[in-house]
Amino acid sequence: MSLLRGLVSARTWLAFTHHVAGLVLAIVSFTLVVTGLALGVGLLPLALAGLPVLGLTTRFADGFAAVERARFALLLGAEFTAWPADPDRTYRALVIPRRRTLFGRATWGRQAYAMLRLPVSCVTVTLTQAFWAVGVTLLTLPLYWRHLPPGGPSVNGNLLITGAGVTPALWASGIIGLILLLAAPPLTRGLAAADAALARGLLSPPRGAALKARVTQLEVSRERVVDAAGAERRRIERDLHDGAQQRLVALAMELGRAKAKLADDDAAAALVDQAHTHAKAALAELRDLVRGVHPPVLTDRGLDAALSGLAARCPVPVDLQVDVPVRPRPAVEAVAYFTVAEALTNVAKHSRATHVRVIVDGGPAPAGTLNLVISDDGIGGADPSSAGLRGLADRIEGIDGALSVESPPGGPTIISAVIPCA
Amino acid sequence: MRVAIAEDSVLLRKGLTLLLQEAGHEVVATAGEGESFLRAVADTRPDACVVDVRMPPTFTDEGLRAAILVRDQWPDVGVLVLSQWVEERYATELIAGRPHGVGYLLKDRVADVAEFLDALNRVATGGSALDPEVVAQLLARSRHPLGDLSPREREVLALMAEGRSNGAIAVALVGPGAVEKHINSIFTRLGLAPAERDHRRVLAVLTYLGTS
Repeated sequence: MSLLRGLVSARTWLAFTHHVAGLVLAIVSFTLVVTGLALGVGLLPLALAGLPVLGLTTRFADGFAAVERARFALLLGAEFTAWPADPDRTYRALVIPRRRTLFGRATWGRQAYAMLRLPVSCVTVTLTQAFWAVGVTLLTLPLYWRHLPPGGPSVNGNLLITGAGVTPALWASGIIGLILLLAAPPLTRGLAAADAALARGLLSPPRGAALKARVTQLEVSRERVVDAAGAERRRIERDLHDGAQQRLVALAMELGRAKAKLADDDAAAALVDQAHTHAKAALAELRDLVRGVHPPVLTDRGLDAALSGLAARCPVPVDLQVDVPVRPRPAVEAVAYFTVAEALTNVAKHSRATHVRVIVDGGPAPAGTLNLVISDDGIGGADPSSAGLRGLADRIEGIDGALSVESPPGGPTIISAVIPCA
Repeated sequence: MRVAIAEDSVLLRKGLTLLLQEAGHEVVATAGEGESFLRAVADTRPDACVVDVRMPPTFTDEGLRAAILVRDQWPDVGVLVLSQWVEERYATELIAGRPHGVGYLLKDRVADVAEFLDALNRVATGGSALDPEVVAQLLARSRHPLGDLSPREREVLALMAEGRSNGAIAVALVGPGAVEKHINSIFTRLGLAPAERDHRRVLAVLTYLGTS
């Protein structure tokens, strides 16, 4: 019964449709990809004129893969993951593909698929069509053999059925036809499943590779976010410098001039004097705020100069040693600076230390790291889960660094950080 | 006094010009960026110039670099550098080896008109003017111990490092006789040779603090 049901099941006929549709698409994909690759490679010696052709072929194979994934999902219910999209979707990357795009596993898989589609479809369509058509033809032979040209079915003029053999031959034909017809549905679906396996192998990343690609993608995007945040801080610093700070200086200066002129009139002079004091206080506060957003000297002169100023402003005496011969990238410098800033703030607020030592060394090199150690002779007991230290750890881990806080009750406190500079 | 101004903010440039003119000085040139400022100094040879650190085109330290050029090329032109923030490192670069005729102040200081004009005057006459905040940083980062000094002596040392004259220190802190006494004591305790003239003393103090 299940064999009979196979003849009319939706899955069988969807698979059948899948094979036929595949052949139609295959003709298009094969023609375009083979032409594209041949033309592209052939034109390469002509000042790389083939590159755009190869790029377009790659794009086409990419689009074709998407169509095929949709077709497999719709007709066979076979879902498989796509390679992560190429992040580089610029116009330039479209016309002149990147090396890693051209030679990537995803690209050659798609192109191989676009070309293999034709031979594979030829085989599957021929086989399925043959089983269905021959099965029906043979099974129904007893019904119509008399109406065939004289003498019954023949091949090259030789009669297949003669005289007394008529009945057994008709039986045999009917049985073979039945077998072929009953075999046709499982064959159709089996070939579709094999087809799906082929497509999955060529169009979707192997297990693990998908994860790896995702990790790479996340790393790239995280780095971009960190850099963007840094750039934003620098922009805010500059906007404040060019805007609010200049206006406040101008305001304070004008109040200063007014004060100088008003010396006689007591009440007004007192008011202006007060406004003058407020303006100067606002300037000082704004300056501290800007330093917390992004210290300009860090951009201009690097870690050594910025940390030197930081150490000089710390109420606890600081012994600072900086040995960073090559400047790390801005994100690393900023994290290192704010690590020392936060550590020194904690020392001044909580540690009751009389002396701090800050050592910074390392820097960009193959696999190089920037190493920070801030140690004090205070009472210890710093809590690594406090908001300040937790935020610092997050910021350091955001660029793949590591923070360690050793602060037993009674001291001393040693905060160290290792930040990769690559 | 003939003064040139290099400041990219139009608002502040106008304000400074008015302030200086009201004090009876002549503003002989104003510029919005380093290069035209240097040309103006070469053309007008002012007595002093007021220079903003951060100016176009890079908005980093072109004012500082222009100031150092002026200091080296025209030693008789006083240079007063203004900045929204002060850094010990910039001060070190500016006064390296020769703290005469140069000054480095927070921009806020222009609000205290009399003090600002006094600083400009010192710079124009070959003295020096360092912002109290810079001096505090220098004292904190001093290469040598200052532990032997009394608190009052530290205050006097800070005012000396700012470039103040004996008279000004006396007004700020103590009576005239006491200033001489403190200064002699500081020089003895730090092991410095006594120096009579104001700016030679500043050099001695800054050298001791490790800027030159």
